[in-house]
Amino acid sequence: MTGLYTALALIAMILLLYFSARQRARGLPGRLHSQPTYHGILIASLALLAGLCGLGAARIVALPQAGLLVCALAASGLTGLLLRRRISPVFPARPYVEMGLSLLTGLAASLAILITLGIVFSLIFESLRFFHFVGIGDFLLGLHWSPQIAIRADQVASSGAFGAVPVFLGTLVVTLVALAIAVPSGLLAAVYLANYAGERTRAIVKPAIEILAGIPTVVYGFFAAIVVGPRLHEIGEMLGIAISNESALAAGGVMGIMIIPFVSSLSDDVMRAVPRGLREGSLALGATLSETIRRVVIPAALPGIAGGILLATSRAIGETMIVVMAAGLAAHLTLNPLSATTTVTVQIVTLLTGDQEFDSPKTLVAFALGLTLFVLTLLLNIGAQAVVARYRERYE
Amino acid sequence: MNNLAARHRAEQRFRLYGILAILGALAALTFLIGTIVVGGIDAFRKTVVALDIALPAVTSQNRDSVDFEGMAKMALRELVPPAPSREQQRKLNALLSTAAGDDVAARATGEPHRARVWVRASSSLDQYIKGNEAGRLDPAQRDAVTLLQKQGRIATRFNTEFFTEGDSRSPEQAGILSALVGSLYAVGIAMVLSLPLGICAAIYLEEFARRGRVTDFLEVNINNLAAIPSILYGLLGLAVFLNFFGLPRSSPLVGGLVLALMTLPAVIVTTRASLRTVPPSIREAAYGIGASRWQVVLHHVLPLSVPGIMTGAILGMARALGETAPLLLIGMVAFIADVPRGPLSPSTALPIQVYLWANAAERGFAELSSACIMVLLLVMLVLNAAAILIRKRFERQW
Repeated sequence: MTGLYTALALIAMILLLYFSARQRARGLPGRLHSQPTYHGILIASLALLAGLCGLGAARIVALPQAGLLVCALAASGLTGLLLRRRISPVFPARPYVEMGLSLLTGLAASLAILITLGIVFSLIFESLRFFHFVGIGDFLLGLHWSPQIAIRADQVASSGAFGAVPVFLGTLVVTLVALAIAVPSGLLAAVYLANYAGERTRAIVKPAIEILAGIPTVVYGFFAAIVVGPRLHEIGEMLGIAISNESALAAGGVMGIMIIPFVSSLSDDVMRAVPRGLREGSLALGATLSETIRRVVIPAALPGIAGGILLATSRAIGETMIVVMAAGLAAHLTLNPLSATTTVTVQIVTLLTGDQEFDSPKTLVAFALGLTLFVLTLLLNIGAQAVVARYRERYE
Repeated sequence: MNNLAARHRAEQRFRLYGILAILGALAALTFLIGTIVVGGIDAFRKTVVALDIALPAVTSQNRDSVDFEGMAKMALRELVPPAPSREQQRKLNALLSTAAGDDVAARATGEPHRARVWVRASSSLDQYIKGNEAGRLDPAQRDAVTLLQKQGRIATRFNTEFFTEGDSRSPEQAGILSALVGSLYAVGIAMVLSLPLGICAAIYLEEFARRGRVTDFLEVNINNLAAIPSILYGLLGLAVFLNFFGLPRSSPLVGGLVLALMTLPAVIVTTRASLRTVPPSIREAAYGIGASRWQVVLHHVLPLSVPGIMTGAILGMARALGETAPLLLIGMVAFIADVPRGPLSPSTALPIQVYLWANAAERGFAELSSACIMVLLLVMLVLNAAAILIRKRFERQW
């Protein structure tokens, strides 16, 4: 609570200094270099900086709460009053304020790099600790995954097996199922929207399809787990095929619906960007519209379409909630979409929810999986951006 | 070329495939939302049972010592034929919610009086009345229910508890308030952090940064941050905020920080896009009368791009509200019955509540999960509508 009072007192002091500095600048005789507001802002922000320094210094020498308050107020007040006496008509307050703003915004922009570094380093750091327990080759190429159960008591990592191939395979199957749904339907929808639909249909249908990408993934997860999974299981029983309740088909299918807009929107945009001349040339030679689309428009737009599919793939690989809710936990070395599967994201969530011990490979392996996921999606995203950028250059 | 009729038929077919693909996608969307509405609408109603109870005089001192739940059970026992065994009696009691006592207590005053009190039914009776899972009541229970129905003692009311209570072990007492408050804290913190930072970063990149290696790198970087899986932000939060800085686990503060980092790239991208739509003539006019670069930005460019920034901010907020995966990793997934008192106390969020209830075994919880999704979708719908409205209302054609 005292912290709150300190903050409020500091804010009050800063405001006071701002108004008093502005007032003093207003009362100055002659032409001012900078408007009074800038004098006020400059003094107030320098006083704030001094106040924060005072606060920090008081914290370091471990003063009691009241001491913090006094220190912060004294530092900011003194700075403010000293600077206030320096205000003069020729003092260039505005350039200083603007320099400060540039510095501030530059720092905000470099925060993006800081976030990336944070992600990369936290993943690499924890992964290295994991690879200290389990070899990187054993992780990437091992065929047995059971992080929770120890196989032998005396084994190095003594809490399980960390061969991630079955997990990667599960991710692959789910992603392939999702793409098998999203690519044909997204592409056909884009073809219709870009070439056949009138402006009014397009204006309604395109946003309607894009709703699919805006629905929270937990909703799809609920749908896949409660509706689609059990129904597929029943259908399988009727046909005499064993379809698991937690099959890759259910999770991947629902995920496919979710990523339809990723394929359709970008494909639609690039197909519309194909120059009219190409299209009209083909039509003038007597080709029907569908022949023109298949032989001319789609090949011309192919890089853009490929970019969209790459983005959709990256999205499918990193998707978490659908598979957490609808896919299983046990990793099997299989490509069968009807049996239970698990994915990289499911394993990360399972290993990191609940009680954690941060020195066991069982927890650290989640970061190694995360690193793999990061590298994979990064490559896909960069690839997609490069492909789309090359395409844009060609036609724009 | 083969014959023209066949080619035209192929043309028709191709067109039809396109229409089918679109209809398929829209049908999936309708089916998804339809299933959730059909499954969740029942959660907004609750079943109540009317009991005639002689209420004792209650003061603030003796309120805690009165056995209101026992009174409700006694009142129910008087209404139906006596149960042959203790086992049967227990099953009869199981028709009432364990919170029935609270409903009785709410009616008690300083004066002793007799009153007809509507108390909450248990989840199994509630589901029976709503026509789900009828087999869950055994024959004796069903006879008792039929008897009560004949006396007009069973009714359905609007389930206000769904909006005023936190999570609970029994479906009929569970509500979304604790999750809603958690979500508000987390999304609020995320927006307070990511909006100013994102706008500053966008201004720098768009107006001040010199084109070069560094800016190109920043650009690629931001685009990638916007596209990497959200679960990686959860790993970052776990490693940095929880393990390194030691912030409290499960708190909306950490959730908000993670969501802020996640929405930051999106805010930067949309802000830059809307700064770019301000035409050069505005800037040049301002420079022409002697404004400095910052004056051009702060007095002219930024105010003109506010609608675009607002739209982006609202869409980012909607996305942060629906995000689940990173919150799972920082521990915002637990049974939280109490409404979180501040951004540091453990809490869940709306999508997490959906996840938790979807995993619970009882039918009543699946219903609540659907209802929670409906609330979530409604909020997102409102946010998106607001964004579209702002865009339509303030969009300028230069």
